[in-house]
Amino acid sequence: MAEYSAFALLKNALTGNQDWKPAWRKPEPKPAYDVIIIGGGGHGLSTAYYLAKEFGITNVAVLEKGYLGSGNVGRNTTAVRSNYLLPENVRFYEHSMKLWENLSHELNYNVMFSQRGCLNLAHTPGQLDDYARRGNAMRHEGVDAELMTPAQIAKLVPGLDVSASARFPIIGGLMQRRAGTARHDAVAWGYARGADRRGVDILENCEVTGFIKDGDRVVGVNTTRGEIRAGKVAVAVAGHTGHVMRMAGIDTMPIESHVLQAFVSESLKPFLHTVLTFGMGHFYASQSDKGGLVYGGDLDGYNSYAQRGNLPIVEEVMSEMLALFPSLARVRVLRSWGGVCDMSMDGSPIITTGPLPGMYLNCGWCYGGFKATPASGWCFAHTIARDEPHEFNAPFTLDRFQRGTIIDDKGQGSTPRLH
Amino acid sequence: MLITCPYCGPRDVSEYTYQGDGNRTRPDPASTDQEVWNAYVYDRLNPAGEHHEIWQHSGGCRAHLAVTRNTLTHVVSSVSFARDAGHKKSDSRRKTGAKA
Ligand SMILES: Cc1cc2nc3c(=O)[nH]c(=O)nc-3n(C[C@H](O)[C@H](O)[C@H](O)COP(=O)(O)OP(=O)(O)OC[C@H]3O[C@@H](n4cnc5c(N)ncnc54)[C@H](O)[C@@H]3O)c2cc1C
Ligand SMILES: [Zn+2]
Repeated sequence: MAEYSAFALLKNALTGNQDWKPAWRKPEPKPAYDVIIIGGGGHGLSTAYYLAKEFGITNVAVLEKGYLGSGNVGRNTTAVRSNYLLPENVRFYEHSMKLWENLSHELNYNVMFSQRGCLNLAHTPGQLDDYARRGNAMRHEGVDAELMTPAQIAKLVPGLDVSASARFPIIGGLMQRRAGTARHDAVAWGYARGADRRGVDILENCEVTGFIKDGDRVVGVNTTRGEIRAGKVAVAVAGHTGHVMRMAGIDTMPIESHVLQAFVSESLKPFLHTVLTFGMGHFYASQSDKGGLVYGGDLDGYNSYAQRGNLPIVEEVMSEMLALFPSLARVRVLRSWGGVCDMSMDGSPIITTGPLPGMYLNCGWCYGGFKATPASGWCFAHTIARDEPHEFNAPFTLDRFQRGTIIDDKGQGSTPRLH
Repeated sequence: MLITCPYCGPRDVSEYTYQGDGNRTRPDPASTDQEVWNAYVYDRLNPAGEHHEIWQHSGGCRAHLAVTRNTLTHVVSSVSFARDAGHKKSDSRRKTGAKA
């Protein structure tokens, strides 16, 4: 029987909620595992889960330097979508979307996946054409997409300034109705519990400080909790990729770490029923179930590992919000924070074997890796277990930059702060 | 974050444009060495700590600046005109007769 159910809730309510098991154990590190996964974020945890569930590999440890979910998995604005242009991205993110659609059931953990849609607003005819092209590319791959008129948009998003006198008049938009939001912490906790119950050791406060090598081959890691050996060492540390790979002797990567800020407002009555993006700048917002607006904009735009940003972006994000919703001018901001994003050179991720023997690499998520969490772990587990990529992640190699097979959805070139 | 332009003095970061990693030197344009070009275009040191980078004071004197900044704390420890800093190697790589 499922661990979490209406019956379990009732039974525990009657017995004073004393009998709940912790969602994951706090084991001591073993001297060796079949697989070590560095990074207890969404991707590391989902990788462990699918390794155990799909491939029966359960002698696995997830090594997290802080507490579980202290990285970007607990810092993002939770938008989940598969509205990409290039087929490699559409296929991968659509696979993720399908996993999302069943995730609460799969994990027996309510990740509060809410398919409230994601609407990209267009403000110029060129932009609308571009969205039409993207929508067609999506539909070509069997993904839902529809163009919306200003009248439809006004109905869907009351409060939005759709007047012709708006600073940047809205002339239409691209909607993916199956897109939405999820509860980020629950995703981390749900995968953690699922992996733990299948035998995976989740080791918190266990920072990797070096790699143990036999010649070129990675055979284990040094950590703040001692030396741990493994047949396979998988790296899934998101914003810390450059730093961790350097410990393995790889000095440069096609990645820069940049800080992205996010904001939450005080609670408001429900008025924003979809994930909304502004097209004349970079702004996105949704409204949480508690009523707070969850929103953000651009990266600060310089290399940073600081998990906090500067004020110019705060001002820019607020002014973009007001360009859309003048009525929010007096709403107060409750909290803001930053996360370190692993910006790749073409804006697409890397999920691959190598680059050293015994090593596996998962990175380059930019600021869009939350939605990828299920598919990333699913593909990475496949790659680790089979020593070759699944067809969904086969294009996301590390050597694509050398080979000229970059996957640049935005056509931005190798300026990571612009992806 | 303030960056002290050697010409204009301390100014807010919003006056500057980030031009990224200053550790790279553009290869000889005549070179057809794929490894060298790939490294220049795509590979980054991306350190957690002191970082050499190029900023332009685009909202001020428009000078290009060589900045050393800590990526963990955002503290700027040195700023100089990019034309004076580093780039020693580029001269030796430049082909004789190429425009300066
Ligand atoms: C403000 C913000 C908003 C975002 N919004 C969205 C969004 O709306 N939609 C979306 O799809 N994506 C979004 N993202 C991106 C998304 O959050 C990330 O791409 C994704 O979470 C990265 O994967 P992860 O969960 O595994 O990363 P993390 O949770 O960062 O996991 C990496 C883990 O590795 C650990 N680690 C690092 N170094 C070591 C070491 N040496 N030893 C052991 N452990 C180590 C870290 O502590 C961390 O817990 C956003 C990101 C930010 C910062
Ligand atoms: Zn100046």
